[in-house]
Amino acid sequence: MTVVLEVENLSKSFGGIKANNNISFRASSGEIIGIIGPNGAGKSTLFDLITGYTKPDSGGVKFNGKSILNLRPDLISSLGIGRTFQKLKPFLDQTLLENVIIGALATGINLNQARDKALEMIDFVDLIDKRHYFAKELSTGQRKRLELARAMATEPKLLMMDEVTGGVDQKTVPGLVELIKKLNKLGVTILTIEHNMRVIMDISHKILALDQGKKIIFDKPKNVQLNEKVIDAYLGVVNATTS
Amino acid sequence: MTIEIIIQAIISGLLMGFIYALIAAGLSLIFGLMGIVNFAHGEHLMLSMFSSFWLWTLLGLDPIISIPITMLILAISGILTHYLLIRYILKAKMIVQICATFGLSVFLRSLAQFLWTPDFRNVGNPLLEGRLEIAGIFIGQPQFYASLVCLLSFLLLYLFVNKSETGLALQATAQDRKAAETLGINSNKMFALGWALGLSCVSIAGTMMSNFFFIFPDVGVHFALFAFVAVALGGFGSIIGCLIAGIIIGLVESLGGLLIDPSYKLLYVFLIYLIVVIYRPQGLFGR
Amino acid sequence: MNNNLQKAKLEPVWHTNKFIFALIFFLVTLFFFFPFINPSNFQLHLMIMIFMYAVMAQSWNVIAGFSGQISLGHVIFFGIGGYTSSFFYVEYGITPWIGIFIGILFSSLVAIAIGIPMLRLTGHYFAIATLLIGFSFQIIFQRWDLIGAASGLWIPLNWDNPWLTLQFHESKIPYYYIFLIFFLLSYFSIWIIYRSKIGFKLRAIRDDPQAASSLGIPVAKYKIIAFVISAIIMSPMGSLFAQYILVIEPERMFDIEISIIVLLIAVMGGVGNVWGPLIGTIILIPLSEYTRIFFGGTGGSVDLIIYGILIMLICIFRPSGLISFFPKKILERKKFL
Ligand SMILES: Nc1ncnc2c1ncn2[C@@H]1O[C@H](COP(=O)(O)OP(=O)(O)OP(=O)(O)O)[C@@H](O)[C@H]1O
Ligand SMILES: [Mg+2]
Repeated sequence: MTVVLEVENLSKSFGGIKANNNISFRASSGEIIGIIGPNGAGKSTLFDLITGYTKPDSGGVKFNGKSILNLRPDLISSLGIGRTFQKLKPFLDQTLLENVIIGALATGINLNQARDKALEMIDFVDLIDKRHYFAKELSTGQRKRLELARAMATEPKLLMMDEVTGGVDQKTVPGLVELIKKLNKLGVTILTIEHNMRVIMDISHKILALDQGKKIIFDKPKNVQLNEKVIDAYLGVVNATTS
Repeated sequence: MTIEIIIQAIISGLLMGFIYALIAAGLSLIFGLMGIVNFAHGEHLMLSMFSSFWLWTLLGLDPIISIPITMLILAISGILTHYLLIRYILKAKMIVQICATFGLSVFLRSLAQFLWTPDFRNVGNPLLEGRLEIAGIFIGQPQFYASLVCLLSFLLLYLFVNKSETGLALQATAQDRKAAETLGINSNKMFALGWALGLSCVSIAGTMMSNFFFIFPDVGVHFALFAFVAVALGGFGSIIGCLIAGIIIGLVESLGGLLIDPSYKLLYVFLIYLIVVIYRPQGLFGR
Repeated sequence: MNNNLQKAKLEPVWHTNKFIFALIFFLVTLFFFFPFINPSNFQLHLMIMIFMYAVMAQSWNVIAGFSGQISLGHVIFFGIGGYTSSFFYVEYGITPWIGIFIGILFSSLVAIAIGIPMLRLTGHYFAIATLLIGFSFQIIFQRWDLIGAASGLWIPLNWDNPWLTLQFHESKIPYYYIFLIFFLLSYFSIWIIYRSKIGFKLRAIRDDPQAASSLGIPVAKYKIIAFVISAIIMSPMGSLFAQYILVIEPERMFDIEISIIVLLIAVMGGVGNVWGPLIGTIILIPLSEYTRIFFGGTGGSVDLIIYGILIMLICIFRPSGLISFFPKKILERKKFL
């Protein structure tokens, strides 16, 4: 398997807080990598560093063997990295279809082709009936699907999802999980930030666990589950809150 | 060029700086409280100058005496502005907010032109006249007292906002409208108070300036521009930043005029704004 | 296989409403025949002002509606256009027809030069910066001796070659047609851009620049593009206006009031929609021209008093502009032209 993404010793501090402290990991082609960690662990910061929204203090990021450090977000996107945002960023004053068309235009096709592609993506996330709804009229879960469809329309080789199952109606979670699996089957490498342990254990090939900006472990799900530090830092908290 | 001339320029720059600071403080207070830039600020200044002019012309009240009355007039117009206009646009898009106060400015300025013609007027024979001379440096009395009064008012405003109970309630509203409301603070009243206070500041500056400035419908425009610059320099919403920014503007204006070319005075100030906001968008003192 | 999807793919990206098309065709024809019904000079002047302000408000709308920024200094492109064509005619005898394009070039260069440092500014900072830049241009032009400083430029009158020198002393009708053509061209181009790939990308940036860049859209480049498009359609209006009045001076060509009026018109009609500025113009410009006549010289500000009141009312009651009065069915983007 070829390495798609290579993150090396990535660090970033905000004032005194070390949001990311020397994080390294690799993602190979076709993998689903789950990223877990308690609130404030630095998961979203890691995404922002990889996709160019935040400049790292030190470290390196390589995509398909080439450094993408310090590139602008739009250039990183056009190299083939798509992402969604934890704090959703749909184009509120535009329809679902228009949102996704804008994503599809990234591949350099003409408007009619982009419309077809967008419709396929919208169908893929099961919102075809809502295509003419304005984004501001959609529910949170639907907006998450919108972002997913929009990011997918750019035809990324690597898709990074920040808590797609968080804050949505629990009934829609299985659907989203199926979606991620379907995507992965199409050959897309996936990084997904998740709080839902059942989901993450189910779908991930590997799990990266963070706590207070540090990597605790990067391993197969079953090994992560058994890791003491993870249990202390994260699973313990989850168990405590759910019991 | 003698050293006296330079000192003279520094002093007159400082004196104007205090006045700019008070005008800017009014703008900053309103912005800090509800995130709205009052693009009609210059017209409110103009209104206060005209109020003081008419009080003098019709009732023979010298500006220095009519300060409380112009304050009252402007405070009331501030409250009206809030209840009749601002209240409805608090949640609107920024473009709508800008247009609303911009519309108010167009309305007030043209109304003034319609009612009072574009003529230049002035307050003749005010109590404050003539010049003070200190060690070979001349200072116009009206300028001197205007900036003294403005500085004092500025300090009072600062104390009020930071020490009084109402001032603290204002700050709480500014920080978090919802949280303040759970504490029993009526944010609508606070906003109205903010407008009243903000325009009172303007009225003091305007009244004192009516002693030595021509009064005409467009008079507020340049002062408002300076106030925008001061507020941006000081960091939007920071009152103490206004004082320092006001002084910087006063000095840049007078020294730039003296050392380079007086006809480009405004440009120097504008240039400072552009440089600061482009390289330090949070302002000199903003976080 | 999937019925809904197949059906959806048959819908065009943009629906075309035949009725509105017919209406526009009818109106354009009317415009072309208008001079044949012997309109008065005032009526011609009114129409010319409508065409001019409709284009200028559209230019403002490009920035506000496409990239979401509020410009309070839009008059600079008007002034540059007017001064450039006039200067090249006065100084070198170059026909204003070419001058218009030199003006467009200069305006675009200025748009880029201003646009690049302004990229970092948003919201109030941007608005205030443009306001100050507008004033700065006026101050500089008032003192720039090459182009006549405060006394401005007087375009030498010429009776021999009206079409070459673009000055018509006998009748306003040629001006009427020239402004009409520029108006149609500008609106048609903006309408095309609105529906094009560029239009989609610009709207994405307006709504959320960060999300736009996650989709591979270079935000800075497209903001500059919007600025340049805006300058390109504004600048010829300055050139044509200069030919219309034949004496230009900084107070007139860089009048802050022009910046204000184009903003009021666009907001009144509805920002972000191609037709908003036109609707605003059709209401506000006749209003101001008629009040000016009605109140005469002394009441020169009555129109602005009314503008001010109207705009405040719009902000309170119809923040999306008068266009929102149209039935929702027509407005919904898929049906609106
Ligand atoms: N722009 C910023 N400025 C200052 N501090 C920041 C910034 N972004 C993140 N932080 C801090 O960095 C730390 C990591 O934040 P991050 O958003 O990456 O956490 P997270 O793992 O995504 O948490 P959550 O599960 O809540 O989404 C937090 O302490 C946060 O407060
Ligand atoms: Mg996060």
